[in-house]
Amino acid sequence: MTAVTTITLGGLAVAAALCMVRLLRSDTIADRIVALDALLVVVGAGIAVGAARTGDGTYLDVLVVASLLGFVGTVTVARFIERRGT
Amino acid sequence: MTVVDAIAAVLLLAGAGLAVIAGIGLVRFDGLFARMHAATKPATLGLTLVFLGTMLRVESADAVAKLVLVLALQFVTAPIGAHLVGRAAYQRGAAATATDGVDDLADRDRESPPTA
Repeated sequence: MTAVTTITLGGLAVAAALCMVRLLRSDTIADRIVALDALLVVVGAGIAVGAARTGDGTYLDVLVVASLLGFVGTVTVARFIERRGT
Repeated sequence: MTVVDAIAAVLLLAGAGLAVIAGIGLVRFDGLFARMHAATKPATLGLTLVFLGTMLRVESADAVAKLVLVLALQFVTAPIGAHLVGRAAYQRGAAATATDGVDDLADRDRESPPTA
């Protein structure tokens, strides 16, 4: 099972790196917030895989907080774009 | 490796694969809406697969409850967030470049920006 979670974490790391590429290369705020959202999902999946690796669910509390904060951030930036542009 | 572990492994790997595909789509697709299309797959399906795999591995019931809670929150908030970002970008003219000038919403009255 450790080998499986290692491969999974590696795949998630690749996905996170690709999200970072989009985050750094985009030219609008909307592109960046989409990439950040995807990055948060990847990080959340990584935390869950970490719990699956150890069988210990302590860090799953972080997931609850992070997903809620991510949603609030997305809504905030979307409203900022509507008012200020790009 | 038991049968449950094998199922968990398949679910985890499938979820990670979806995340990688979304990352490739984010980098290679042109335009905001195409990228949103790619990015929203792991936000629900990928996360569901990974969490189901994790639920099979963690022992305690409250860990499973937390995963279900996060999944429910994600299923509620992900479409709302994507809708808000898409609407904001559309109002700022993202559709003109994303769809080769085709804009099916052009003849509708533009929704005025929120005042609150």
